[in-house]
Amino acid sequence: MRKTALGALLCLIVFFGLSLAANAQTPSSPAAASPQVERHLSDLDQQTHQAQTSGDNAWMLTSAALVLMMTGPGLALFYGGLVRSKNVLGTMMQSFTLMALITVLWAIVGYSLCFHSGSPFLGGLGYFGLHGVGAAPDPDYAATIPQQTFMMFQLMFAIITPALITGAFAERMKFSALVLFMILWSLIVYDPMAHMVWGKGGLLNATLGGRFPTLDFAGGTVVHITSGVSALVTALYLGKRVGFPKQPMPPHSVVLSFIGACLLWVGWFGFNAGSALAAGSLATSAFVATHFAAAAAALGWALAEWIRNGKPSVLGAISGSVAGLVAITPASGFVSPMPALLIGAVAGVVCYFMVARVKGKFGYDDSLDAFGVHGIGGTLGALLTGVFATSLVNPVFKDAQGNALPVGLIDGHGGQVLNQLIAVLISWGIAIVGTLVILKIVDLVIGLRVSEQDEIDGLDLSQHGEEGYNFEA
Amino acid sequence: MKKIEAIVQPSRMESVKEALVELGISGMTISEVRGHGRQKGHTEVYRGNEYTVDLLPKMKFEIVLPDAMLDTAIEAILRSAKTGKIGDGKIFVSTVEDAIRIRNLERGEKAI
Repeated sequence: MRKTALGALLCLIVFFGLSLAANAQTPSSPAAASPQVERHLSDLDQQTHQAQTSGDNAWMLTSAALVLMMTGPGLALFYGGLVRSKNVLGTMMQSFTLMALITVLWAIVGYSLCFHSGSPFLGGLGYFGLHGVGAAPDPDYAATIPQQTFMMFQLMFAIITPALITGAFAERMKFSALVLFMILWSLIVYDPMAHMVWGKGGLLNATLGGRFPTLDFAGGTVVHITSGVSALVTALYLGKRVGFPKQPMPPHSVVLSFIGACLLWVGWFGFNAGSALAAGSLATSAFVATHFAAAAAALGWALAEWIRNGKPSVLGAISGSVAGLVAITPASGFVSPMPALLIGAVAGVVCYFMVARVKGKFGYDDSLDAFGVHGIGGTLGALLTGVFATSLVNPVFKDAQGNALPVGLIDGHGGQVLNQLIAVLISWGIAIVGTLVILKIVDLVIGLRVSEQDEIDGLDLSQHGEEGYNFEA
Repeated sequence: MKKIEAIVQPSRMESVKEALVELGISGMTISEVRGHGRQKGHTEVYRGNEYTVDLLPKMKFEIVLPDAMLDTAIEAILRSAKTGKIGDGKIFVSTVEDAIRIRNLERGEKAI
């Protein structure tokens, strides 16, 4: 206590001393302070910095773990429950495989292609094999956490994004084809898109020198549009499941899906609030927006269903919450609570109509609605971010003097909606073209679909030699 | 010997079983079955896709008993299984030629 008081007193003395010196315009330098004071100040500085690193790093490691939990078991359960019982393991295995596969790819080259500076479209190879990615922070991305923490956090996004696509080709994709498809997709679609939006010098980066500054806090374009649109392309390319739509294919366990959706909701706090890359008030704001949007969207979808079908379903309510979480993802670090409620409610209703009404008219078999929820919800969220983003939440744009500039349309910056639209179009474009090329390659090299007999037997038996439910055991 | 196959509402399973046991009928086989008769199924909606579920769950009792007990057993089942709504099920009666207890090879009525 006495030491602190002494320190404060010394600081004051030094401060006044320096001011006087400056006013007097004398050539005396700060080095005039005693070496003891100097040392003490630098110690204090270091301690403050360490304390902040501890706080931020604790939250960011927790967030990274939460985001991994979204894929396994969150998404694996959500999708696993929606398929027929003969495909439950095959579906869960697809998500789980990505947890392993993308991690290895990320360590070797993925992180570098996303986050090393390079061209506006793709990162360089400077971080190949995680060369130079260690305890020291990269101040361009996150000044208070080790770069390795940032790298791990981003890895979890690279994992869940391709895992979302698996909903579109559920129950019919060959496992070997899935592995090749996902390696190529991660390199050709995800890495360029992540670099463009979040990487240094990326074309769409909002703060690090992008040509079209796009607001995408946690991945509306990078994660949800790319995965959702690619899902639609794969569903169209692969064609329908055997027996679709004549043969009934109801979810084999909405109970599993329910647990999965709740894990997704909780994990999403890491996804969005973690995207603040620090444990400050911005993380709190994103946490609030995330939760509010999920709640409003669950009500929106269930209510729309209640009006149309006479009953609000459990599957509807949980699908709605996911749609709301998707839509708020790009906006979460830029909008206040009321717009978050609105974005969620709109997403819940719109995604319901896409999934339950529009999809049926087109007749494609996006088995688990990866496009209807992620493609549509992501697009909606990306555009609405341009409308509702405000400098009151996140002064992301600043003038030369460091004063906050208007951010979204409600701040009076209508041009941001246009920037968002450009980013939406680019992500749709790269997803469509990239996915088509990859599908063609994999189709030629391996063949995408399992044989008809294998499909009838189910992926569990035909691809993995196991069954999810062994009643004789 | 006669065999009764009674298909009843799952909710009446316990009361049918108790009624039969009260008559002194201790041997019976009960299975969970699915089927449909006049009772219409229901629809389930998953994300806008409607499925008609017309195979409804029922419980099936199989009882083999001496001819003399047939009428009281049928009465007991009727009394205990009836709710008065469509879907209460059916009773089928047939003649059984023989019965054999596997443990000691007793035959006929002694085996049931």
